[in-house]
Amino acid sequence: MGLEATMPVDNILTTQVQAVINWARRSAVWPMPFATACCGIELMATAMSRYDLSRFGAEVFRFSPRQADLMIVAGRISTKMLPVMHRIYNQMCEPKWVISMGACASTGGVFDTYAVVQGVDQFLPVDVYVPGCPPRPEMLIEGVMAIQRIIDEDNLPTDGNGKRIPLNLALEPNYEPAAQPVDVSVGLS
Amino acid sequence: MTNAAEYPARVREAFPEAKLSVQSFRDRTVLVVEPADLHDILQHLKDHQGFEFLVDVTAVDYDGYPTPQPGRFGVLWILRNFDAEADLVVKTHVDPSMPTDGIEEDPALVLKSSCDLWNAAEWREREVFDMFGIRFTDHPDMRRILTWKDFPGHPLRKDYPLRGRGEREQYKVVTRDEVL
Repeated sequence: MGLEATMPVDNILTTQVQAVINWARRSAVWPMPFATACCGIELMATAMSRYDLSRFGAEVFRFSPRQADLMIVAGRISTKMLPVMHRIYNQMCEPKWVISMGACASTGGVFDTYAVVQGVDQFLPVDVYVPGCPPRPEMLIEGVMAIQRIIDEDNLPTDGNGKRIPLNLALEPNYEPAAQPVDVSVGLS
Repeated sequence: MTNAAEYPARVREAFPEAKLSVQSFRDRTVLVVEPADLHDILQHLKDHQGFEFLVDVTAVDYDGYPTPQPGRFGVLWILRNFDAEADLVVKTHVDPSMPTDGIEEDPALVLKSSCDLWNAAEWREREVFDMFGIRFTDHPDMRRILTWKDFPGHPLRKDYPLRGRGEREQYKVVTRDEVL
């Protein structure tokens, strides 16, 4: 059944060990949902049957950070929550990746106050930013697929300072954005 | 809830010496009392006027308020009488005696706790302390409740900047090499 049915059973494939490891890792990304706000609802919708994150091998949400390798920060992080996020991130086993989901996790969003962290990338090494307020499930799936591309590219090589060299992977819309109306006549004489 | 307009007169009857004033706004009666009389009046309202339920304890900072107020901070207790279906707001004003941009204890910003009357007041008064720096004597657990222990300010005071004084930036950055 499947691939092996099309090939003689006594064949031999040659590949690299790293390629097999990357294939295994990318095919079973287990997310740790750090859902603190409404983005968490979209995160749940992504995992449910309509959008079905399991098509990408990432449906097994692990609430124990020891068993997860992708942290999805979904929602605003208050300064009081930040130590908790640090601790959970530290408890995750390597290799691990981080998705910053939505405007609040990436930038603080509209919550420009004393209590809200203005972007978790100040405190965590974020791999993929998913824009939106909140992002649609398709957008989060695209983010998970970007993580898979990062894994395919062998964890991203680092520069001398321990920072990853970006792959220039970007989340791009797969549709043509509609033209924005430009003539604003309200309030003009 | 119906209007509680008759209760200030009953409080006046019970406390003939107390300095009271009454405000009314959209059928909500507000009884403004002096800080020294506050606890006795709350006790009277609970024990003799049937206000057995504490809805909320909160405070207002009147710094820069357009109309003059008796004091910088207004602290208010919202009480409910289920039998009479009446809500009454008891309000008192306190003035700080030192600059309000710090977290030092100001002896002028101290009120008597109402936790002995309503247990529900415990967390409410902690919130008033956390957000406005108004302390309560005889409170069983006078700690901050929303912000953390070493938070260097009382954020709902009007002279506290909206974006804080660097609290949200002063955390260490976790790197991949770091081991817990």
